[in-house]
Amino acid sequence: MATAFKPDETFRGDFRYSNSAAAVLRFPFPFVEDRYMYGINLEPHTRPGSSGAFAVAFDVDEHYVAECAERALSLAQDPGRCLVLPHMHEAEWDTLELIMESLAADYPEHFTLEREGLDWTWTNRPLGLHQTFRFGDAGTLPYPPFEYITRQAQGDFTLQDQRDGTLYIDGGITTTQADWSLAFDVGMTFHEWHGPVPLAHQAGVFDRALQYLMRVRYGHPARRLNWTLTVNPRLDTSPENYPIWGPDRASLTPENIADRLFLRVELQTFYRLPRSNALLFGIRAYLANLADLTRVPKWGRRLHRVMRDLHPEVVGYKGITRYHDVLVNHLAQFDDGAPTSPGIAPDVDALREM
Amino acid sequence: MMDDRTLSLRVAAAPLVATGLRRLHLVAADGSRLPPAAPGAHITLTLPSPAGARPLRNSYTLVEADPERGYQLIVRRTDRSRGGSHHIHDRLQPGDTIEATVPHNLFALHSQARKHLLIAGGIGITPMLAFVAHLREARAAFELHQIASADEAGVFAALLAPHPGERIQVHAGRDACDIAALLAAQPLGTHVYTCGPGAMMDRIAAVAAELGWPASHVHREDFGAAGGEPFTARLARSGIDVAVAGDQTLLEAIEAAGIDTPSLCRGGACGVCILPLSEGDPEHRDHFLSEAERASGCHIMPCVSRSRSATLVLDI
Ligand code: FES
Repeated sequence: MATAFKPDETFRGDFRYSNSAAAVLRFPFPFVEDRYMYGINLEPHTRPGSSGAFAVAFDVDEHYVAECAERALSLAQDPGRCLVLPHMHEAEWDTLELIMESLAADYPEHFTLEREGLDWTWTNRPLGLHQTFRFGDAGTLPYPPFEYITRQAQGDFTLQDQRDGTLYIDGGITTTQADWSLAFDVGMTFHEWHGPVPLAHQAGVFDRALQYLMRVRYGHPARRLNWTLTVNPRLDTSPENYPIWGPDRASLTPENIADRLFLRVELQTFYRLPRSNALLFGIRAYLANLADLTRVPKWGRRLHRVMRDLHPEVVGYKGITRYHDVLVNHLAQFDDGAPTSPGIAPDVDALREM
Repeated sequence: MMDDRTLSLRVAAAPLVATGLRRLHLVAADGSRLPPAAPGAHITLTLPSPAGARPLRNSYTLVEADPERGYQLIVRRTDRSRGGSHHIHDRLQPGDTIEATVPHNLFALHSQARKHLLIAGGIGITPMLAFVAHLREARAAFELHQIASADEAGVFAALLAPHPGERIQVHAGRDACDIAALLAAQPLGTHVYTCGPGAMMDRIAAVAAELGWPASHVHREDFGAAGGEPFTARLARSGIDVAVAGDQTLLEAIEAAGIDTPSLCRGGACGVCILPLSEGDPEHRDHFLSEAERASGCHIMPCVSRSRSATLVLDI
């Protein structure tokens, strides 16, 4: 079934954003069991038999057109949100090729890529773009190649150069980020930019994750899910804009929490790029509010148990402290104590009536 | 495409470039584009083994990788090999198809090197040809030294054909190149890349270390250790023996035997696939078990680890 885009959605100001029932049912719910603890949840991406957000390399959903408009707005206000160091030049073209090839193969009704040697033509029907250019010649595109293609993709992307036994974040585009800053992190090593996460270091989690990521092979992408909670469907929760979104947290009440608190799930994907040998991270944010998620009975029960039993350090790190009580009290009504099945599947074909 | 991890290739040409050296020009069997590859990358070909046993899997560096023009390899006919190079030299004909993995790169150029010093011995020239093409295009500083036996020096000189102003030297004879003097003369920030006989690469690494080069500035060709020797996994509780082939993981073999066992990352990091071990000499390749856990010998991560002993007994 062709996706019906919702171009009028907004992720700031009046927050015109909603998920269709189909979008809720395919939401990448991040909790595989009734408790959450930080650990290595890396696994192969795009395996045969996957569904929903996991079925294709780069998922295009009903929010695609609106998210691309939101990205353009963020970049207009702050062009520094896209930053690539000069030695990542080949990785830029690798990214462009990977995303164009994947979108054209996975969504032929929306995207077409025609190649004649180095003369390429790209058609993006949802955004009304038709571009002829010469692969490798940045002067033939309206933006540098990495920015050109990531303006047409949902989610943030970073480029990692692999050298000296670690990964350096040497480029990226970040307009939909959970609280971190590309301008601050660029040039850092893997361990430096993960410095602030609590508890994880004890378990040697980052050492193992780094070893795994450095071994990600071309043609064998990997993924993991990460999550946080965001007040309002705001994609851009950057540290630079903290004064704008920080105060939102104080606005939650028992009456509005169901509609205004969103589970923000990051589908992180990891691709080895062929020409540059760099590693591309995709960080795709999915947003759904509690009202929608609790219409799936299993997810309602599980959300209550996970949030109630969160480790206090995680509560602090994820910025939940201030409204944790309100959250758990609200979710309690969806937990009848019944057992939940393992895994993230919703186990229903339709949402519960509101 | 991203998920086609096995390539079906057609031999477009296979000329002999010198005695015992054959150039293989491979294109996609269905005429489509091939994945691009970084200089230093290799592919692994699946070749029929002479005795009709399990096919051989031989890795070869890509001398050139162009999505439309195809891949170029140079294969030396070796007598020591299990027969893979014999098959390529004696039986493979233009028009034949062979299977290969998508390119994999464990020998990458360093993005921050001020200068690249390339040293090859014999057929170790293959990644250097890809490096030289790339470094020329990037206008990066480099220098290449090819060590060859006296009777092959001419062949390698012809393959390398320096452009004006480049320092590309072919040294006839193993001792014709003074490695210590060569390394000592390099400017700070130089990275050295070596490909050739193991003893040669070891010697260069040792000389570099003696001269105080950081280990991160010394690179050598590596095809990785994806597979290994075949072995048998005895599943004690299920009461079955599972044959683990050289190009298969222990986890894959257990799954293929119809035994359901959990896994997640399939790369030795997450710990989900852990299995109890009761006998055998495991070869641990994971990043999950601690040294102490390895020493106790009670567990193995079957997604990456293998066996040194002919049989491994698992308590499942
Ligand atoms: S599946 Fe993750 S360690 Fe084996």
